[in-house]
Amino acid sequence: MKKLLKILALVIVLSAGITWLVTGANRAWTKTSVEVKTLDPVTGIEGITYQPKFLPGVDFLGAAGGIAAVLAGSSLLFRDKNKTTNKQ
Amino acid sequence: MKLNHIIPLLCLTTAAAYAAPETFDFKDPKNVNNAVFKLDAPLESVNGSANGISGTVSFDPENPGATTGKIVIATESMTVPNPMQKEHLHGPNWLDVAKYPEISFEAKSLANVKTTGNVTTADVTGTFTLHGVSKDITAPVKFTYLKGRLGDRVPHMQGDLLVIRSEFSIDREDFNIQKGNFEDKVANEIDLTLAIAGAAPTP
Repeated sequence: MKKLLKILALVIVLSAGITWLVTGANRAWTKTSVEVKTLDPVTGIEGITYQPKFLPGVDFLGAAGGIAAVLAGSSLLFRDKNKTTNKQ
Repeated sequence: MKLNHIIPLLCLTTAAAYAAPETFDFKDPKNVNNAVFKLDAPLESVNGSANGISGTVSFDPENPGATTGKIVIATESMTVPNPMQKEHLHGPNWLDVAKYPEISFEAKSLANVKTTGNVTTADVTGTFTLHGVSKDITAPVKFTYLKGRLGDRVPHMQGDLLVIRSEFSIDREDFNIQKGNFEDKVANEIDLTLAIAGAAPTP
């Protein structure tokens, strides 16, 4: 169980880090939509629309880090099987 | 009535018709009109836009200084890319869209009017209403009159277009938006950029 929790924490941190890097390493808040600008050729006005797109930010990294820390911390509550066996 | 009386009368009527101000409707069928807002914040500035724009402006290309009108922004149409920020923005602690569904600017007078070709620049003074508070402000404005160009934008329609651009700043505290609160998290000054086009179809 101890090992499983540690592995799970590592997987969460790595997955979040890779997702964050792959989606452009957004160093701001998480966005669920992005601005798309289109130029109106007659008036010269740039129209703005929003298209759904998940762009994880620093809060996403923080949340993933937090969950991983809780899992890794929880692993300390469990005894190491090998150590117990050795003591006996 | 003799012909030499009718001709000058016709000329006068025609001149009067041309000199009459046109009423431009800013409800854009192409949904391009927008107002952009920006507030500085520690991690990143809060950038968003609104496209629920309506209103009318009376503009006379022969006398742009006499321009009057009112532009309305639907508060609900204000959008930011972060869902939590949007929820807070629309919520009762900030803009309270349920209670204050509109942001408006009603032009009262124009000063420093300069026209070059089809472009007029001026300083417009009017009443800006936000969050239930009305305040007189003056902002620079640029009008671009596009005579006969409505058909290029909206097929099967004839008429003129008027493009209005303006950039100005307001303080959120002047409009009782979280007055004295969150100054370290969200700037007091809000930068606004307006780019809108209105249509005056010919009957």
